[in-house]
Amino acid sequence: MSAHSHTEGASPAPGERVGVYVCHCGTNIAGVVDVEEVANWAAERLKHRGVVVARDYRFMCSSPGQDLIAKDIVEHRLTRVVVAACSPHLHEQTFRIACQKAGLNPYLCELVSIREQVSWVHADARAATEKAKAVLSGGVERVLRHQPLEPLKVPIHPATLVVGGGIAGIQAALEIADAGFPVYLVEREPSIGGHMAQFDKTFPTLDCAACILTPRMVSAGSHPHITLMTYSEVERVDGYVGNFTVTVRKKARHVNTELCNGCGVCQEKCPKRVIDEVYEAGLGYRKAVYTPFPQAVPKYPVIDTGNCIYFQRGACKACQKFCPTNAIDFEQKDEIVSIEVGNIIVATGYELFDPRRITQYGYGRLPNVFTSLEFERLSNSAGPTHGEIVLRDGVTQPKSVGIIHCVGSRDRNYNNYCSSICCMQALKFAHLVKERTGATVYNFYIDMRTAAKAYDEFYQRVLEEGTLFVRGKVAEVTDAARTPAEEGRLIVQVEDTLAGKQRRVAVDMVILSCGLESRHDAKQVAKLFGISCSSDEWFIEKHPKLDPVATMTEGVFIAGCATGPKDIPSTVSQGSAAAARVLGRIQQGEISMEPIRASIDEALCSGCRICNGLCPFNAITFREDDQVSVINPALCQGCGTCVAACPAGAISGTGFSNEQIISQIEGLLMLNVEPPVPAGSASA
Amino acid sequence: MSEPFEPVIVGFTCNWCSYRAADLAGTARVKYPPNVRLIRLMCSGRLDPTFVLKALASGADGVLITGCHPGECHYIEQNYKALRRFRFLQRTLRQLGIEPERVRLVWASAAEGVRLAEEITRLVEDIRALGPLRWPTASEAEATRLLANGDGPPVAAQAPEREEVTA
Repeated sequence: MSAHSHTEGASPAPGERVGVYVCHCGTNIAGVVDVEEVANWAAERLKHRGVVVARDYRFMCSSPGQDLIAKDIVEHRLTRVVVAACSPHLHEQTFRIACQKAGLNPYLCELVSIREQVSWVHADARAATEKAKAVLSGGVERVLRHQPLEPLKVPIHPATLVVGGGIAGIQAALEIADAGFPVYLVEREPSIGGHMAQFDKTFPTLDCAACILTPRMVSAGSHPHITLMTYSEVERVDGYVGNFTVTVRKKARHVNTELCNGCGVCQEKCPKRVIDEVYEAGLGYRKAVYTPFPQAVPKYPVIDTGNCIYFQRGACKACQKFCPTNAIDFEQKDEIVSIEVGNIIVATGYELFDPRRITQYGYGRLPNVFTSLEFERLSNSAGPTHGEIVLRDGVTQPKSVGIIHCVGSRDRNYNNYCSSICCMQALKFAHLVKERTGATVYNFYIDMRTAAKAYDEFYQRVLEEGTLFVRGKVAEVTDAARTPAEEGRLIVQVEDTLAGKQRRVAVDMVILSCGLESRHDAKQVAKLFGISCSSDEWFIEKHPKLDPVATMTEGVFIAGCATGPKDIPSTVSQGSAAAARVLGRIQQGEISMEPIRASIDEALCSGCRICNGLCPFNAITFREDDQVSVINPALCQGCGTCVAACPAGAISGTGFSNEQIISQIEGLLMLNVEPPVPAGSASA
Repeated sequence: MSEPFEPVIVGFTCNWCSYRAADLAGTARVKYPPNVRLIRLMCSGRLDPTFVLKALASGADGVLITGCHPGECHYIEQNYKALRRFRFLQRTLRQLGIEPERVRLVWASAAEGVRLAEEITRLVEDIRALGPLRWPTASEAEATRLLANGDGPPVAAQAPEREEVTA
């Protein structure tokens, strides 16, 4: 309990009475920092700065810890509170609310970090304790310059933008639309469905991906509350939580969707065959006018102008001639649409690792080396071979197949992370090969990772089916035969780390279980929506554990593989979770925002207009009639750049005023600290 | 003067990237020297160069300025303004006769906890090598100013030996 407390009535800082609370955080802080000493020090040496009570406590964030503060606010008539604990990004709200409950304006509370920035990063206990004092001293000086503030209330527009029409985006859109609120679902490709639409079976249940996905696609496509915007991309996002204005480019389909009935005659008649690099992973063809797959939603085709004979050479128009509803429109132009939404969910998914980068695995050079996505298409009954698992020649069934795990994952040369789905994907492939061809299947793995519901059972099943497992990272796939038996086959060179020897395994087909990577344009997308990216360019969550679908930007949520590799159940869960967060806000109707805004003292403004051009949000305008600049608080985002730039010092920023920062500097450098009290005259 | 010199460094961080990088370094228990004391701003664009001069004048031996990588600013492009001010500031420091290397600008994204810790470690070592900050005397400052006017070479190296100087 609060064994150490020091109280003193007098406060030389005019009228201000500061309470200081130093958290042990169990041993997280107290294991390194002498918290008791820090509290004692503050009580003694910062007394003249208005510190009237300083305590240390095991867990300040616990209910008793918060009660301790609330009680002191009342009993000691505190006017300011400083908590030295963890990062403000974790518990600033906690302590602000505790202060508010006790009747103190929440913005008169300051949280300084002595865990993330002191005890967790410094090993020297003495130096860490001294730094903790400095950090605390900075907080005390700063809090003395705080102003009581009221949060800004912002109304929430009830519509939501969902970016990405994969299973995560579809799920999120359906959840929100089913609750009765409007959704715009924007997808870059001509159809929603995403990667899941390319798969044949899903692990571990082996249900058919299309059978479970397409009903969802149809629901999303026909939902009265969902506006589907396929073949479209978000170009610009303006505004802030509750009031985003989003600019979407609807690319010209060259098909009038008002007239088209999706009969497909245009695709039949189009004379131009194009290798389908997206949906068929390069294994099949589509036409220049096409829908990616038969169950596409919406059913309207698009004309690929880069390959269309008419667009390239000026003649053909076969589709137009045969279209029964006269829906083909070669003159159609891209359309720029502006939509108003209150919240945004970004679910832009992943890209497959390109195994050409690992040249020793021979993909792109050795014809019978396949990627995982190619195999998905090969095994799909709607795919180019109608589900026949055959070699690149299109006819020969393999008698033996090698599946290589961790291609591009858990490899310092490519990606350090585990792509989490590849083991299960490889097991699924092994099962399908066995079932359909009876071939011998080898799995070359580093470690098996089958940690989710019913996953390990599936692994057991594949083991029992007789799939062979070799533990070791494959060194090379080659066609250079050393023995007659190896002639014409692919040889997998691998160190079997369980048997402790090198093996050469000759197979007819190699499947690379490729890892997942962030989208090539993930960084641009992140910037567009104000999301942070990790070094692997996955989107960063507001908190990795406790807030996994929110981002640092209010009103922008993330779901699915855009935040990191995930299986389908997790992706769907995140879609639902993001929808739940959005629905909560829509229901509330308004949201409180941090009142961190800049404002101009018109009496001090000289009208120089230096600040006008600095604001990226166009929040500052010049008022001609009295020749001063003014800030629109609804547009101001609180960055403070104008505050720093104003030569007249006329602009101040709430929460981060010059006085607050200068005082904090002085505090950090201990300019405020009283010299040590001579022994014998110490206070009670 | 046998005790090793422990510099005091004030660091300015951006709420969206480098402050989070510092949090991340903590969560990952990455160790760095305790000489840096951080201040959180909403954006590196908030950094008034006066803050840096204030810190140096108040006893700091060095200042670390951090912000989001170019192109990644939470407020679109305000880190470029910080860069601009940093360049001016370096020039001002040179004119004042203070080694401009005492003030360093580091871009650090929210994911770069380890990198931020490395940069802090390097800065502490560099400032330790430079020794305590000493403000030049009036005559030194005048000479420096004359030399540094226009695009003259950095003159910090011409400062007299530190041991001779008294506060």
